[in-house]
Amino acid sequence: MNWVAIGTINDIPLRGARCVKTPQGKIGVFRTAENEVYAIEDHCPHKGGPLTQGIVHGASVTCPLHNWVISLETGKALGADEGAVRTIPIRNIDGQLSIALESILVAAE
Amino acid sequence: MAEKLVIIGNGMAPGRMLEELFERAPGLYDVTIFNAEPRVNYDRIMLSPVLSGEKAYEDIVIHDDAWYAAHGVTLHKGAKVTEIDRQAKTVTSANGITVSYDKLVIATGSLPFIIPVPGHQLPGVLAYRDLDDVEKMLEIAKGKGRAIVIGAGLLGLEAAYGMKRQGMEVTVIHLMPTIMERQLDPAAAYLLEKALAERGIEIITKANTKQILGSNRVEGIELEDGRVISGDMVIMAVGIRPASQLAKDAGLAVNRGIVVDDSMMTSDASIYSLGECAEHRGVCYGLVAPLYESARVLADRLIGGNAEYQGSVVNTKLKVTGINLFSAGDFAEAPDREEIVLRDASAGVYKRLVLKDNRIIGAVLYGETSDGSWFFDLLKKQTDISAMRETLIFGQSYQGGSQLDPMAAVAALPDDAEICGCNGVCKGKITGAITGKGLTTLDGVRAHTKASASCGNCTGLVEQLMSLTLGDAYNPAAVTPMCTCTELGHDDVRRLIKAKGLKTIPAVMQELEWKTSCGCAKCRPALNYYLVSDWPDEYADDYQSRFINERVHANIQKDGTYSVVPRMWGGVTNSSELRAIADVVDKFEIPMVKVTGGQRIDLLGIEKEDLPAVWADLGKAGFVSGQAYAKGLRTVKTCVGSDWCRFGTQDSTGLGIRLEKFMWGSWTPAKLKLAVSGCPRNCAEATCKDIGVICVDSGFEIHFAGAAGLDIKGTDILGQVKTEDEALEHIVALTQMYREQGRYLERIYKWAKRIGHDEIRRQIMEDHDKRRAYYERFVFSQKFAQVDPWSERVSGKDKHEFKPMATVGFSAAAE
Repeated sequence: MNWVAIGTINDIPLRGARCVKTPQGKIGVFRTAENEVYAIEDHCPHKGGPLTQGIVHGASVTCPLHNWVISLETGKALGADEGAVRTIPIRNIDGQLSIALESILVAAE
Repeated sequence: MAEKLVIIGNGMAPGRMLEELFERAPGLYDVTIFNAEPRVNYDRIMLSPVLSGEKAYEDIVIHDDAWYAAHGVTLHKGAKVTEIDRQAKTVTSANGITVSYDKLVIATGSLPFIIPVPGHQLPGVLAYRDLDDVEKMLEIAKGKGRAIVIGAGLLGLEAAYGMKRQGMEVTVIHLMPTIMERQLDPAAAYLLEKALAERGIEIITKANTKQILGSNRVEGIELEDGRVISGDMVIMAVGIRPASQLAKDAGLAVNRGIVVDDSMMTSDASIYSLGECAEHRGVCYGLVAPLYESARVLADRLIGGNAEYQGSVVNTKLKVTGINLFSAGDFAEAPDREEIVLRDASAGVYKRLVLKDNRIIGAVLYGETSDGSWFFDLLKKQTDISAMRETLIFGQSYQGGSQLDPMAAVAALPDDAEICGCNGVCKGKITGAITGKGLTTLDGVRAHTKASASCGNCTGLVEQLMSLTLGDAYNPAAVTPMCTCTELGHDDVRRLIKAKGLKTIPAVMQELEWKTSCGCAKCRPALNYYLVSDWPDEYADDYQSRFINERVHANIQKDGTYSVVPRMWGGVTNSSELRAIADVVDKFEIPMVKVTGGQRIDLLGIEKEDLPAVWADLGKAGFVSGQAYAKGLRTVKTCVGSDWCRFGTQDSTGLGIRLEKFMWGSWTPAKLKLAVSGCPRNCAEATCKDIGVICVDSGFEIHFAGAAGLDIKGTDILGQVKTEDEALEHIVALTQMYREQGRYLERIYKWAKRIGHDEIRRQIMEDHDKRRAYYERFVFSQKFAQVDPWSERVSGKDKHEFKPMATVGFSAAAE
């Protein structure tokens, strides 16, 4: 797996998110109250809302457009809604964050 | 010379027995203990706190090495007894120690039951019985991943909670439809399952394990229905069986456990058995209380007494932090049984007593368990409870009318005692209305008596009166909870924030027993508002609990771009402002410019990253944020008034601008839009606003509680005042009253309907002191609120909000 450095955990507010731009669209990187980090597509399965702009609670985020709640762990919509976004492998080594962008890098090489 | 007492097993039961023995007859026996585990006697009940990290091994040691030395006990650690020779009266351990006895106690405890499904011998499949198991679990937990617990009984759930606390994901598999079915009825099991789910523990009921997956070690499990759950360890907590093989091999009578009589003696008069390995009157006990009871009996027998063990009724408590759960006795339903149930959903309390012939035979308590020991005592003593039957469920402190109990205190109040100070409503009036009008909800009582309809401080008292009057017919769940994170409604939360002096979101969640670790997108913005509103000088605004618009001070649009509305005081602008806006539109290629309903100019389609630059340019022209995104003061719409209009009676534009300059920046429960019209022709449409002013010759008519959105509703008149200053003070006081009492996202017309328009008029128009106090609290709060968020961000605040964290994956060649 190709790990690409994206910054440190302190770049993201607690219970917050930042987005990372990639050739395949934006990826949301989330930091929970427990200091866990997750990466998912920054694109709500409902109407494409930017999930990084939502409120982060537990290990989920509420989309700012229509309040869908997306699990950061599975990428799946929680509750009655159905849909999912891609999850992206993320690694946290001593606060240094990297995401795995295998397919993207292969395409670029 | 002292007789030789040999004990096989060093658990809690023989430990307690020895304490009793040494206390009553020191030196009577020469004691030797064989312990299969390589350690001293520790408190197995406390393994769960060790697993969850709340305690360490050292904290749970009952008898340390010094204790054994002081009592002259020979302790063979790590010595598992493999043979009892009843003829020679000796025992021999696996490591070759042979000791002779006069009296022998077998206390080998129990073995965990491991379901023999395929894969059950893989590394990573663990039981949960002793400290070795705990150490193995903690080792695996270091790598995080997922723990799968099979069995949602007491031990299984404690193991699950421990693993969750260690940072693992946890899934619990349970064969039965409800969890802890041996200790809990379905209602309590439901509450518990919910509480555990909210702690992030996934529970799958009616699930049968087909096999454990993995080649070299556990990789997951497969259920009978084909579902596969991946995981890094499997904890089997499906039950225990008495460790009776040794006794069996020695030829003692063994059924499920080692059979003992009421003196704890086995079929051999020199051999006793104690603890989980023993079977007394057909029952094997697995909880500590009965084992301690039988330990006392055995100690007495060893001294030469004639105590008899009569069997025990057991009770259970779950050791999961923050979950209060108690169960005892038999709580199955049967025709000859009666039950008393108390549910208090807003407090998360469920209590059920099962009665037979006026005696308690079973009790399940969830949420509030402080009376558990009292109920248990009544149960054990088989006390006739008919005399206190009516009040039994309220617990011990209620009996005898103790004034410490709030319910009893309310019950003892005379009918003319005042309950609601705001509206002067006495107890008799409330109870009279409840019975006379058949009221069953708090809102009903409010509507008919006005009690608790104002400040809400007496809501608790009123609810207690309703409970007293209606008994089980009153269901406080009629209060709609704020969200699924709590059972409390908005009003309760607001009242408790003030009453308990809670000043941070974590404090609210802790003190009010939030069911989620950090709330949800519904309650967090609400709590943030309540705290901003109640503690303007002390509370540090939590931006992560604000909706995106209030976090980035612009309005998010469907495509993820933002719209920006600069403030134009009273809707008035000029050529240099318009020129600056035009320049910004050109520079940032803003695709859409639109005039809003509130007399502002809206710039739509701005990329988030451009926002600070847009604000910088607007700021140079003197613009501040129009807060078109805020649950707060938005716009004050005006007409041109007496300066220009031939019908204008007062300077409506001037008053509008003055109001806006005074009130901008204030946060309110929902958006707040004002308008000032210069005459009753009402060109500023003030009579469908949250607060409106219609200027007349003799002064200013203040209107409130209008709506022109989802609902359409004309305003009501609050009252008329003579001067602009008075108009300002009344409007500000009204706003502050709404700020203090409104529920988050509740527009002013809904709040006013709930509180009563007359009550609002009384407090704002008639009660001068009250109005002045509201006004002054608003003024104080504005000291901290009137900071232009745009200029703050232009100067660098919250930079991270407006920039991507990184840009990656684009090939060098493409750049």
